[in-house]
Amino acid sequence: MNDFVGTGTLVRLALRRDRLLIPIWIVVFVISAAGSAKASIDLYSDQNALVQAARTSNASPALVSLYGRIFDESSLGEVSLFKLTAFGALLVGLLAGMLVVRHTRTEEESGRLELLSAGVLGRYAALTAALIVSAGTVIVLGLLTALALMGSGLDTKGSFAFGLMWAGAGLAFAGVGAVTAQVTESARAANGLTAVVLGVAYVLRAIGDSSADGSTQWVSWLSPIGWSQQVRAYAGDRFVVLLIPLVFLVVLIAAATALIRRRDLGAGLVPPRPGPPRAAASLRSPLALAWRLHRGSFYAWGFAFLLLGLLVGNIASNVDGFVTSDSAKEMVQKLGGVEGITDAFLATEMGVMGLLASAFGIQAALRLRSEETALRAEPLLATDVTRSRWLGSHVLMALLGTGVLILVAGLGSGISSGASLGNMGRQVPRMLGAAAVQLPAIWLVTALVVVLFGFAPKLVTGGWALYGVFLLIGQFGEIFNLPQWMINLSPYGHTPRLPGGDFSVTPVLWLTAIAAALTLAGFATFRRRDIG
Amino acid sequence: MTSAIVVSGLHKSYGSTHALDGLDLEVATGEVHGFLGPNGAGKSTTIRVLLGLLRGDAGDVSLLGGDPWHDAAKLHRRLAYVPGDVNLWPNLTGGEVIDLLGRLRGGLDEKKRDDLLRRFDLDPTKKGRTYSKGNRQKVALVAALASNVELLILDEPTSGLDPLMEEVFRQVIEEDRREDRTVLLSSHILSEVEALCDRVSIIRRGKVVETGTLSDLRHLTRTSIHAELAASPNGLAQLPGVHDLDVEGNRVRCEVDTAQLDAVMRQLSASGIKSLVAQPPTLEELFLRHYEDDVPAESEAAVR
Repeated sequence: MNDFVGTGTLVRLALRRDRLLIPIWIVVFVISAAGSAKASIDLYSDQNALVQAARTSNASPALVSLYGRIFDESSLGEVSLFKLTAFGALLVGLLAGMLVVRHTRTEEESGRLELLSAGVLGRYAALTAALIVSAGTVIVLGLLTALALMGSGLDTKGSFAFGLMWAGAGLAFAGVGAVTAQVTESARAANGLTAVVLGVAYVLRAIGDSSADGSTQWVSWLSPIGWSQQVRAYAGDRFVVLLIPLVFLVVLIAAATALIRRRDLGAGLVPPRPGPPRAAASLRSPLALAWRLHRGSFYAWGFAFLLLGLLVGNIASNVDGFVTSDSAKEMVQKLGGVEGITDAFLATEMGVMGLLASAFGIQAALRLRSEETALRAEPLLATDVTRSRWLGSHVLMALLGTGVLILVAGLGSGISSGASLGNMGRQVPRMLGAAAVQLPAIWLVTALVVVLFGFAPKLVTGGWALYGVFLLIGQFGEIFNLPQWMINLSPYGHTPRLPGGDFSVTPVLWLTAIAAALTLAGFATFRRRDIG
Repeated sequence: MTSAIVVSGLHKSYGSTHALDGLDLEVATGEVHGFLGPNGAGKSTTIRVLLGLLRGDAGDVSLLGGDPWHDAAKLHRRLAYVPGDVNLWPNLTGGEVIDLLGRLRGGLDEKKRDDLLRRFDLDPTKKGRTYSKGNRQKVALVAALASNVELLILDEPTSGLDPLMEEVFRQVIEEDRREDRTVLLSSHILSEVEALCDRVSIIRRGKVVETGTLSDLRHLTRTSIHAELAASPNGLAQLPGVHDLDVEGNRVRCEVDTAQLDAVMRQLSASGIKSLVAQPPTLEELFLRHYEDDVPAESEAAVR
C-alpha cells in the first residue's frame, strides 16, 4: 500500500484549492438542468404539443446530429432535457478530465509535486487523489442534478438516470484525463488531448445518431457520450448501461498506472524534441512573442470555428425539412416563410458562436495574468518594452483573434448555407455581417478581463464568472422573470439578431464604446500598479 | 565619482508588511556592488523598485540619472537584469529566449553570446520547460551578460548554479569589471560577494545597516589571533579591544578589534613571538554580527 501513502492529504489539498471552483461548476450544471426542465414543463403543458415537438426534432437530421435522438416522444422528461443529454455529458466530461489533469500533470509540470514527492508520498498518490476528487465531483454533481430535477416535478427514477448518466460521462473522461496526463509533459497538451478525445466522442455519437437506416447506429456505442445517451433517462432508465463507463474507467486507470510505473517524475511518454538554437528574425517584439504564445490555441480554435460554421450553415439548409405537418407550415408562414426560420436559426447559431468566441477572448486576455504570476512578464518589462506595449500585445491577440474567429465562422456558415440554398453571392456577405455584429459584445466581455487585470489583478479570473452570469441571464433570464434591467446587463442581449432581424446601429456603437473605454481603463490602471 | 544608483529613504509596504523601511543605497559608476542580506530582507523588492516594476511609497530613487518609474523603458535600454527566479516560456528554446531578450534590449554581442554559451555549457536548443533551475538561470545570465549595457542588475544570479558554473560566473564578472560596467549583485553567498565586489551594502529588515569597501568594513570587525610565545604574556587583558582572551601557558588565543591590532601586536612581541596565526575577518563574521543580535534585540524590545 506504500504506493498510495499520502493520498488523503492530497485529496484535502485539492479540495482546499478548488473550494470555490468545484461548487461553482456543480451549481452551474444543476441550475442549467433544473432551469431547462422547468421551462420546458411549462411550455409542454399539452401532451400533443409535446409529441409534436419531439417528432419535429427527431425528423430533423440537423437536430438529431447536434443533440441526439429522442427515444420516447411522449416522455416529458426526455423531451425537456434531450438538448442537455449529450451536450451536458460533453461538458461534465470536460470538467472531470480537466480536474484530473489539474491535480496531476499541472502540479508535476510546475514542480510542486516534486516538492511533495520528496516527503512521504506514494507513487500513485497524486493520480489516486485526483481521480477521487474528480469522480467525487461528478457523482455529487449527478446526484444533486437528480434531486433538482425531481424538485422541478420530473419522476424520481428518470431523474436519477439523468443525473447518473452525466456522472457516468464524467467518470469516463476522468479516466481519459488520467491517461493523457501521463502521456504529455505539459498540462496544456494533456488538456488539449482530452479535448480532442471529447470532440471525437461527440462526433462518433453524432454519426451513430443521425444514421438514417440504422446501419451505422452501433458507432454511438464507441463513444462515452453515446453511452450516456443510451442510459435513456426518462425513456426506459437503463441503469445497467452505466456499467460501461465504470469498466472503461477501470481499464484507463490500469493503463495510467502502467504508464506511471514506466516513466520518471516530470517526464512524459512523448520525448521533447530540440528546437532552433537561434530565434527567427521576426521574433523581436512583444507582439511577435504574443503571437508565438497564442498561435497554437488560435489555430485550433480557428479550425473548430470553420467546422462549426460549415456545419451550422449546412443544418440551416435543412430547416424546411422540419416542417411536415400543416400546423407547422402555418406557423412557418407567420414567422416569415422558410427563409424567415432559416434566418432565425442562423441568427441563433451565430449568437452561440459569439458566446464561444468570447471564451477565446477571455482565455487570451487571462494569459496576461498567468504571464505575470509566472514571472515571465518581469524580464520583458525590464527591457526596452513599455508596460502599454506588453499589455497591448496580448490585448491585440485577444481582440483580433476573436474577430478572425467569428468571421471564419461567418464565412463557413455563409459558404455552406449559400451552397445548399443556391445563393452564395447573397448568403456569404449576409453571414459575414451577422458574424461582425457579434464582435462588440465579444470585445466588451474581453475588455472586462483587461480592466480587471489592470485594476484588480487578483480578481482577474472573475472574468469567467461574469461570462457565466451573462450566459445564465441570456439562457434563463426570461424564464425566471428577472427584471428587465438585470436582463439588460448582459452585453449579448443587445446584439442585433442577424441575418433576418432588424439591424440597429445604436446598441452596436454603445457596446463598442464601452469595450473601448474598459480597455483604455485597463491600460491606464496597469501603468500605475505594481507588477507581481 | 558619479553614481549609477542612488536610493534614499525608500519605503515600500505590502499591506501591513513593511518590506523597505527607509533604505539608502548608492552604487558608484563602474563598481561591482554587493547587496547582501538574508532571504526576505528586501533585496528583491529594492531591485524591483529600481526597475520600475514596483513603485516606492516614499523616498527618492535615481537610476542612471533617471527616474525608474517614469522613464522605465528608456532606462532599461542601458541595463540588463537577471531575476532571482527565472521562468521561461515552455515552448521557446533557450536560444530563442536569449535572442528575444537581447533584441528587446537593443541588441546582443554575437561573439559574446557564443562565447558565454560555450563557457556556461548551455544547450540553446532545449525547450524552456525541459531546463533545470540552474539551466534556466544560465539562459537569463547569457542573455544579460551578452548585451552591451552599462549596468547589470543581478538578483541572486548564482542560485541553482553548480560550483563550476559559479566559478565561470565570477570570471565573467571580473572581465566585465575591466570593461567598466557597473554591477549590482544581490546575494546571500558571502564568498561570492567577497571575491567580486568593490563595495558592499548589508541590508537588514528593509534598511541598509552597513555599507563600504570590504577594507572599510573589516575595521568594524575583529581579527582572530593564535600565538605561541616565548614567555607567558603580560597585560593583554588590560588592553582595549581584546576579546575572548584565552591563555594556556605560553599559548594565546584572542579576538582583536581590527583598529587595536597594532597595540596588541606590540604587547605580544614584548613576550617574544614563536609562531603566529592571524585570521582576517571574513564577511561571514561581519554578516553574522549584524544578524546574530536579531533575537536578543527583539526580546529586549519585548521587555520594555
